[in-house]
Amino acid sequence: MSEENLNINETQEEIVIEEEKVTKKYKSLKRAKKLSTIGAYILLIILSIIWIYPILWIVLSAFRQEYTDGILDTRIVSHYFPRGFGIENFRMLFAETRFIRWFGNTLLVAVCSCVLSTILVLSVAYCMSKLRFKMRKPFMNISMILGLFPGFMTMIAIYYVIKLFGLDETLGALILVNSAGAGIGFQIAKGYFDIVPNSLVESARLDGCTNFEIFYRIILPLSKPIIIYTALMAFTGPWMDFIFAKLILGANNRDIWTVAVGLYDMANGSQTATIGFTTFAAGCVCIAVPIVTLFMCLQRYYVEGVTSGAVKG
Amino acid sequence: MESGVKKKIPVITPFINFFKNFHKRFKEGSLGTKLSHFIMGSGSFYHKQYIKAALYFILQVGFILFMVLCPEIKSSGTISLGYKAIVNLKDLGKSDVILDPIFDVAANGVLILLFGIITIGICFVYLFAWLSSIKSSYKADLDVKDDKKPTTFKEDLKSLLDEKFHVLMLTPTCLAALIFTILPTIFMICLAFTDYNTPSTSITWTGISGFFSEFKQGEIADYFLPVLSWTFIWALLATFTNYFGGILLALLINKKEIKLKKLWRTIFILTIAIPQFISLLAITKLLSPVGPFNMLLQNLYDWTGGLIGLEKPMEFLGGDGGGKYAAASVPVVKIVILVVNLWVGIPYTMLQTSGILMNIPTDLYEAATIDGANKRQMFFKITLPYIIFVTTPYLIGSFVGNINSFNIIFFLTGGGPMFEGSALTGQTDLLVTWLYRLTIENDKYNLGSIIGILTFMVTSAITLVTYRRSKAYKEEDTFQ
Repeated sequence: MSEENLNINETQEEIVIEEEKVTKKYKSLKRAKKLSTIGAYILLIILSIIWIYPILWIVLSAFRQEYTDGILDTRIVSHYFPRGFGIENFRMLFAETRFIRWFGNTLLVAVCSCVLSTILVLSVAYCMSKLRFKMRKPFMNISMILGLFPGFMTMIAIYYVIKLFGLDETLGALILVNSAGAGIGFQIAKGYFDIVPNSLVESARLDGCTNFEIFYRIILPLSKPIIIYTALMAFTGPWMDFIFAKLILGANNRDIWTVAVGLYDMANGSQTATIGFTTFAAGCVCIAVPIVTLFMCLQRYYVEGVTSGAVKG
Repeated sequence: MESGVKKKIPVITPFINFFKNFHKRFKEGSLGTKLSHFIMGSGSFYHKQYIKAALYFILQVGFILFMVLCPEIKSSGTISLGYKAIVNLKDLGKSDVILDPIFDVAANGVLILLFGIITIGICFVYLFAWLSSIKSSYKADLDVKDDKKPTTFKEDLKSLLDEKFHVLMLTPTCLAALIFTILPTIFMICLAFTDYNTPSTSITWTGISGFFSEFKQGEIADYFLPVLSWTFIWALLATFTNYFGGILLALLINKKEIKLKKLWRTIFILTIAIPQFISLLAITKLLSPVGPFNMLLQNLYDWTGGLIGLEKPMEFLGGDGGGKYAAASVPVVKIVILVVNLWVGIPYTMLQTSGILMNIPTDLYEAATIDGANKRQMFFKITLPYIIFVTTPYLIGSFVGNINSFNIIFFLTGGGPMFEGSALTGQTDLLVTWLYRLTIENDKYNLGSIIGILTFMVTSAITLVTYRRSKAYKEEDTFQ
């Protein structure tokens, strides 16, 4: 009896010790977890600073208003934070450069090529995804092969073709070139249409819908995300494209430049002597704000488009 | 699925089928179809499709007039299209030299080449229309045979919205691709076999031997291998650092304990939303010797008594400001570019892998927990293999993309610092930026075209092999 009791006591003690061990282990685990969480936060904060700082720096420079010897200092300065704030840079940007004109030009090009290339991309993607015809596979292969040639190689030839039509140094040429090539880049939209069940298309066809009606009434209403994604990409393109725009629009007539050409010229080109860095920064802010706002509003669709591209491959 | 025989000669079969059909149409077709081979639209006329017949006929007359009359484009002197353009192709207009360069950089020889190619392109479009006229007539023959009426013009137009919908939808894209992609590409390939390397008014063919002689002597012979190897090293490093950086960042943000996930993600997405040329130009200025980054390094130097940091401002992106600043060695410049590329690329990969991370089937983890796996094991045995498996096609795509990543190099270093003894090749040049400098900036179009062709070979070899093996291509239909 007593021995048994002892045994039980011992086992109970053991259990207690075990429990203590477990709680200790649990506590230390908890502590480790806490530490790792704190570490993760610190890391995230540092990374965020690294990623935000260049942007913040441009914004701060845009609003910087420092005077040395009574003259507005528009150069790059090495101190981290501006010593004076103001909107003088923006005033200079609007008064002394043709920024407003460039902005209008870019907006025009962006809207036109957005509409045109969205229509082209969606229609080609629909054909490739839901219709079956003889030239389908060859077309897909050719479009992929063409995409592999470096774009710069053909740039000069395209420039000549445009000159041939007498369209050089016009915004129309830029719209034409931007949207003409768009149809070839149908892959992401096609990937999206592929997911729309074929049974829907088949039943619509049995109900007597033509292919056009299927496209217009069934596929398009189901594809809002990809339409927005395509349009967003086409719209933001002209704001960022610089090399081609520079070649087509030329150096002579500043009134037809787009913002990208103008800003690059301010930073690295002929205007560096007269236009200061802070004015350039003000220009950057003026473009970045609308684009970023647009992006953030449509972020969901953008993420959807990008991720679908990654998974489907 | 294709049959075994077809698979062996996939390139030839379409051609054989084409000629078989051609022969069949000529033999079995009605009188109208036979005549269609010579006079476009006669088949349609035979079947009383008058509007169609008229359209085809006008097309043919127009084409013949174009070829015979050789219209001259006003803005370019007396260079003509039509048959003369094709004749001119032979010696690029040497027999008929007209020195009237209206195009500022261009040489007339170049335009002669371009016009020749455009004429050939027009011929191809015509051949296509010609074939379609025969086909349409033959189709009407078959309809008559089946006791049906040949389609009216109205019905034809209607069919464009239904069974011929793809014709309507793809024609604009095909034409645009022909004018703005295919013809220019052919034009540039042709330039690789000419001696067009100065803005002169005449050029000549140098042929295959000219193409290969560039590899024996000159800029390409001297610098092609260094540039190619740096392009590859760059593409490899850039792809993998971005990839793993992005995955780690995605894992960090997706950690269970981290709150405000959306905020963190938005911070990084912000950098994607900013137009790339702005952020790159901003970083260039930030890294400049007078910018804040150099200031930070100097402050660090003062605080730590010379342990970390720099004594003198450094030109991180090449150059030494005339001895005023410390010059960065080439490896340092390359590392700086790679780091900036991380800044540009990581948010992008983060975004793509976050989506994938959230989609990993949870039952995998549940099963692993039951089997007693710990967190580390789960990461290395489930998370990582899953991500890598799903993103392999993307990885290859971004490798090819990095081979052609023009913006980063162009905005940061412009390819420089230059190789000693060369004014055309920089030590951080990728194939594409080299191509850009050779052509747009220095008019060495033949060299640029050779590099373009080689770049195409490299990227297409990688892509074709992996693309054809990818599931998305093979099992395209099983998806739907």
